[in-house]
Amino acid sequence: MDPSLEGRTAAPFTMVVELGKISEFARATKSTNPDYAGGPGDHPVSPGTFLASAGFWQGPEHSPLAGVELNWHRILHGEQEFTFHGPPPRAGDVLTGVSRIDRVYEKAGKRGGAMNFAETVTEFRNAAGELVAESRGTMIETSQAAS
Amino acid sequence: MTGTGAPEVGTERQPFVDTPLTVTDFVRYQGASGDMNPIHHDTEFAKAAGYPGPFAVGMLQAGILSTYATDWLGASKLRRFKVQFREQAWPGDVLTYTGKVVGTRDEGGETLLDVELACTRQTGGVHLKGWATFAT
Repeated sequence: MDPSLEGRTAAPFTMVVELGKISEFARATKSTNPDYAGGPGDHPVSPGTFLASAGFWQGPEHSPLAGVELNWHRILHGEQEFTFHGPPPRAGDVLTGVSRIDRVYEKAGKRGGAMNFAETVTEFRNAAGELVAESRGTMIETSQAAS
Repeated sequence: MTGTGAPEVGTERQPFVDTPLTVTDFVRYQGASGDMNPIHHDTEFAKAAGYPGPFAVGMLQAGILSTYATDWLGASKLRRFKVQFREQAWPGDVLTYTGKVVGTRDEGGETLLDVELACTRQTGGVHLKGWATFAT
């Protein structure tokens, strides 16, 4: 990936943190924690990796990778990090997300050759414009299919 | 930390040994997260891409590792969760989730707990390494 793509920022998107989606996500990740459950009028907190579902609210115009040529067969998900500036988002929260390509860099691979890294960040703000959460993904482009 | 109920440095949580991974687990998570990459459920697609078959969705095990930690230290107390994806995991794998409090620190008038986490395959190979920070 071209280092000149650093800083490339997509259009903002709006995400509603939904009660049913929290329940579905918690169940899919094998949690029985009652803190992630609730009925009408409840506002349970969302699981720690829940913002991975933000893609449901993002069209191509909300992705900084739209139009970037990548060989997806050679791309590995290296790391993923979620940061919360307070309790994680709750059901009913309306968040505005902005995704950008934060860093593009190269490292020497263990078996020789260069590996290319790209970190994308999505910042989530609440209705008051306060930064409440960030999601940072690291992608690794290898020279051959991963095994 | 005495009196706050927060665990001390060195405290480990009882490991969670999951039932063997199934493609159904992957599909359920993919539906919940919206990541429908066929490489995790479509055998023909995975083979065409050079794999013996579908492999596990790393973010599923990351999610299980996260809830393993929040079931212990509090869903609303989580402030940071990070995973590094190591060896791939495969259908049939029996994964063990572990966690240990490795530090406490004061930041912005709050006491934070730092936790190290791991998800290990039955072979001993590390599938995920994880790090979490909790408010107390």
